[in-house]
Amino acid sequence: MSATLLAVRLASTTPATPLPASSGTPQNPGAGSTGSLPTLKLPHVEYHFLLPFLILAGSALALLMVSSLIRPVWRRGLYATWTCVTGVAALVWTWHLWGQVVGHGPVPHPGAVTAVSGALAIDGFSLFVTMTVCAGLVLGALLAEHYLPQERLEGPEFYVLAMLSASGALLMGSANDLIVVFLGLEILSLPLYVLAAFHRHRARSGEAGMKYFVLGAFSSAFFLYGIALAYGATGTTSLAGIATFLTTHVLPSDGVLLAGMAFLLIGLGFKVAAVPFQWWTPDVYQGAPTPATGFMAAVAKTAGFAALLRIFLSAFPSQAENWRPIIWVLAVLTMVVGSVLAVVQSDVKRILAYSSISHAGYVLLGLQAATATGSITRNGLAGASFYLLAYTFMVVGSFAVVTLVGGVGDGHHGLSAYRGLGTQRPALALAFTVLLLSQAGMPFTTGFIAKFDVISAVLTHGRAPDYILGVIAMLAAAISVAFYLRVILAMYQAPSDAGSHGDGGGTTQVATVTRIRVPVSVGLVIGLSVAFTVAFGVYPGPIVHLAERATLLF
Amino acid sequence: MSGFLRSYLSVVVFAAAAGLLVGGILGLSRLIQPRRPTQQKLTTYESGVDPTGDGWSQSQIRYYVFALLFVMFDVEAVFIFPWAVKVDALATFGLIEMIVFIVVLALGLVYAWRKGVLRWV
Repeated sequence: MSATLLAVRLASTTPATPLPASSGTPQNPGAGSTGSLPTLKLPHVEYHFLLPFLILAGSALALLMVSSLIRPVWRRGLYATWTCVTGVAALVWTWHLWGQVVGHGPVPHPGAVTAVSGALAIDGFSLFVTMTVCAGLVLGALLAEHYLPQERLEGPEFYVLAMLSASGALLMGSANDLIVVFLGLEILSLPLYVLAAFHRHRARSGEAGMKYFVLGAFSSAFFLYGIALAYGATGTTSLAGIATFLTTHVLPSDGVLLAGMAFLLIGLGFKVAAVPFQWWTPDVYQGAPTPATGFMAAVAKTAGFAALLRIFLSAFPSQAENWRPIIWVLAVLTMVVGSVLAVVQSDVKRILAYSSISHAGYVLLGLQAATATGSITRNGLAGASFYLLAYTFMVVGSFAVVTLVGGVGDGHHGLSAYRGLGTQRPALALAFTVLLLSQAGMPFTTGFIAKFDVISAVLTHGRAPDYILGVIAMLAAAISVAFYLRVILAMYQAPSDAGSHGDGGGTTQVATVTRIRVPVSVGLVIGLSVAFTVAFGVYPGPIVHLAERATLLF
Repeated sequence: MSGFLRSYLSVVVFAAAAGLLVGGILGLSRLIQPRRPTQQKLTTYESGVDPTGDGWSQSQIRYYVFALLFVMFDVEAVFIFPWAVKVDALATFGLIEMIVFIVVLALGLVYAWRKGVLRWV
């Protein structure tokens, strides 16, 4: 559906009659024609650049059809396999496009282009985000394969919604026009609201979906208002157009533009859970089904930051002295509040929710440090890109363990539920330990490289506020170690008396200390996450190299 | 006052004029009208039928599916009308896009139908 909407919208944004003269639209070369039968200038659609998006959206629709038409016998495992194949196919094609646009060899290939009349930017950054999102989709689908039958929620809908959501995420990553960003934001968000409320048998899940929906709708409205104000100030919604307008014109009063930038920041701040827009995060993360939480944390954050980075770096670089102080404050608040509040939580899902908030602060460091295209090799954009990819694996892997420990009913998420895991399932406990330490920024993990990259990118600016920001980031990382260690300590403590810890919600159910079974699909997710985290933590070269070339078009 | 704000002045003038006009007419009729209320006249007008119950009434939950489907096709119409006006200019490209759009919506309908949503329970 969304592909069509996109095409229809693009067709309608190249009108034959010119807009009122004040809006100097540089995008419409044929706008001056005033003939009796105006000819509509249709955009040239480069379908091969759109293919990752089309694969995901088309495959979601096809799965919906097939699943409603085939007999139930075939269903077990089919949907997850379908989703994984789709994700991998999109990934492979994106890798192919990466070869065309960026180049696989050591020399960067200067091939970043716009597609569909400048509505999409196909550059290193958009392809990097696409690959990150596809990885998150595959991992999320593998998690759901175990979870849904266990909770008696079988059906293709989870996978269909996840694929549609991922397609929106990668549209956001490659959008080069504020309207397309908004379109991607909605395609991303609407399935996520449903995914949060997906566990029909639990009231908390519905509550989470409702909260996410109401606050998400608010944030979308903020974002849309921001687009309107930015359009009002510059006369175009194209990111490149805004950037050229702002460098070639002096605004007599920039109130409308500043308000527009603020609203755009608020709208995306909600999506990435930056303080003070983070209030929904703990409740939604806790209430949503655990695989949906993992998927949401990885994909929504990646997409939100992709849009945030692209909008502020390619449309508003000339306004940097206006938005940088705000990002500074947001980053400090997000890192400190996220870390401090996580310390006092006793529910592991809530701990991970607050840790996800604090991670958002570190990615904001990347935005703070980023220079538009970046002549400095380890610039903020590369750091932020690397952070998002590393975070995707860490967070989905962590929520995979949480899914297993949560057990049937998805209820055992208190710290006490983790006691004794170290003796019962040593491998599982070790994997969780590695993932948590990586989130804390332990050396020899991707989490360390990610934090190191963004902080060192901030420090290269060499001004006093940047040094202060770097110091605060390191202090916040030190605080965050405390709550990660609480979980790890709980795992290696002796189990307390059985039955006394039904503290995730299912208080009536006596928690029987049973050996947790690790199904193949979830084991695969945990194995992949740990392997990625450790392998590229010890030997980060290839991924850092990729991230360094994930540069923006403008 | 900047030119940007001045262009909104006409909106303010229009709003004021509308308020004055409506207030004036209603106020005038209130001043000069004869008023003889009866029980019959004070009841809520409901298409000539005597109203029953109070303002809070329940409606069937099963209508909501049809409301959803209606919204779906309503939105479809919103897209089809402007396309139909410009069908010449949009040519084959527009036709294909519209077909894709309608097919996607039809897929949703097929799904709903297979799920048994269209059955009146």
